[in-house]
Amino acid sequence: MSNVLILEGIEKSFGKTRVLRGIDLEIARGEFLTLLGSSGCGKTTTLRIVAGLETPDRGRVLLNGEDVTEREPWQRNVNTVFQNYALFPHMDVAANIGYSLKLKKKSRPEIARAVTESLKLVQLEGYEKRMPSELSGGQRQRVAIARALVNEPQVLLLDEPLGALDLQLRRQMQTELKRLQKRLGITFIYITHDQEEALNMSDRIAVMREGRFVQIGSAQEIYDRPRTSYVARFVGNANIIRVDGRMLAVRSEQILLDGQETPGALAAVVKEKSFVGGMLRIGLELTDGTPVTASRHGIDAAWQPGERLYVSWRPEHGVPVEKDETAAGEEVDEEAL
Amino acid sequence: MKKRSKDGLLIAPLYVFTLLFVAAPLLYMLALSFMQRAEVWGVEAAFSLDSYRKILQPVYRDTFVESVKLAFTTTFLTLLVGYPFGYFMARLPAKRKSLVMLLVVIPFWTNALMRMYGWMILFRSNGLAEQALLRFGLIEDSLKLLYNYKAVLAGMVYALLPFMVLAVYSSAEKMDWSLVEAAKDLGAKNWQAFATVTLKLTLPGILSGVILVFIPSMGLFFIADILGGGKIMLVGNLIRDQLMSTRDWPFAAALSVVLMAFTMLFIWTYRKITHSDELEGLL
Repeated sequence: MSNVLILEGIEKSFGKTRVLRGIDLEIARGEFLTLLGSSGCGKTTTLRIVAGLETPDRGRVLLNGEDVTEREPWQRNVNTVFQNYALFPHMDVAANIGYSLKLKKKSRPEIARAVTESLKLVQLEGYEKRMPSELSGGQRQRVAIARALVNEPQVLLLDEPLGALDLQLRRQMQTELKRLQKRLGITFIYITHDQEEALNMSDRIAVMREGRFVQIGSAQEIYDRPRTSYVARFVGNANIIRVDGRMLAVRSEQILLDGQETPGALAAVVKEKSFVGGMLRIGLELTDGTPVTASRHGIDAAWQPGERLYVSWRPEHGVPVEKDETAAGEEVDEEAL
Repeated sequence: MKKRSKDGLLIAPLYVFTLLFVAAPLLYMLALSFMQRAEVWGVEAAFSLDSYRKILQPVYRDTFVESVKLAFTTTFLTLLVGYPFGYFMARLPAKRKSLVMLLVVIPFWTNALMRMYGWMILFRSNGLAEQALLRFGLIEDSLKLLYNYKAVLAGMVYALLPFMVLAVYSSAEKMDWSLVEAAKDLGAKNWQAFATVTLKLTLPGILSGVILVFIPSMGLFFIADILGGGKIMLVGNLIRDQLMSTRDWPFAAALSVVLMAFTMLFIWTYRKITHSDELEGLL
């Protein structure tokens, strides 16, 4: 039994809104799995169902092979790091972290020891007596993680835990979280809408869209072989280009630009240039109106807006992808993506 | 410096108003309480502690004790009913929330005295309530609902319940409910999550509700008059009688001072516990 958590055909609606439309997932012990998707795709609801904070309309949740679908949150050995941290404002750091142990009727010295240890784990030694209001965002984050870990859960659920932190702190916490997870060997289910974060931390990524998984695979697979145009765009910021009735995903750094026509190249017009994220991004438009972005190192290129160019790529860089389907089964309007 | 004096001028009317209409009457009352009753009319400006000594006389002391008892019972009952009310009100969806809020506030649009007379018409012997019950054969004899201690208690709870509801509501409304979810996630059963999180975080609301109910319930003399039929004597009634009929103004003033001291003690305790200057639910 290597799967610690199994989700089977989970469906959930709130009123008339169908939030989850059949989720199947198997998570191995010690795995770092990321649910990646834009807001409203159902990733938080999935997490809340695992935590027991929501009950699915259909489907089962199996924890260690046991059906826990109908169990209350306190009956599941699963803990959550909430998006807003949800630290108890009327308790100091030690009481926050020791909360679950106190409920388990552990002795005072035992609790104190566990609290000290988990504070060490998140590098906040000596913060026992601080109140949450006296902590910075990053420190609160660490306390929330310590509080969820002290219980030694089988699965730790993290709901966009780094969303409120600034970029530098976020990068640092990503590394720390990953290291922590490897060291403790606890299964992490991590929610984010940041593809970079997902690619950086995860063993596997499940890309979600409209209450379904579009693709589940390792970071490498998702990045190199996106199954659909949505995944290609969302994870790799790829261009979707139709050639001979096929849809190809080509990442911007692999787009080749040439002033001369070459065999198989597509004619395009330069629309705009911008310097974003350390790269020069050149926005072009193919003759059929398809937008294409090419990126280059450096701060400027010789091409000017309005100039005619030829767009091509090496054959191995054009990854065939499927069209995405909407919830109703219709084809997605590509322009709307 | 110049700007400062200008600012001072702007809020000067506030100080004048407060001095004139709040501080001065209170000081006058305090002074009165240490004077003596004149033989025929008014007061004599001679220092005396007689009025305070008089409060300790068994008759008046009993009135005080009875009032405090009634106030405690009233507060306890409003808390018992008002806490769940305010709590669930805060958890309603926004649309229904405002409807329920309206229902809670509507009684304030009618004078409390009127509402008590309404109660009289409804509940007196052979009143509407009894007639209905008699007709349906649910009772055979008059219930004698009015003019007793229970009627006064019921009237007090009825009149003061909205204060408790609003106080609890306003602190429950501010609560972050994800904290309750966090508690359950960490292994707390529903009642444990309630006791360790919800109750603690709504404590300011409870305390301010207790103050908002306890203090007026010592002074709502007209409820004791109307529903108690003159048989129930509270501090409020005593003060009114001393002032209006017996015309022992120093004694009435002394009673008021003691009542105020009581009030201040309560508010001081509230501040000590909650570290807050504002009463929750005072809109």
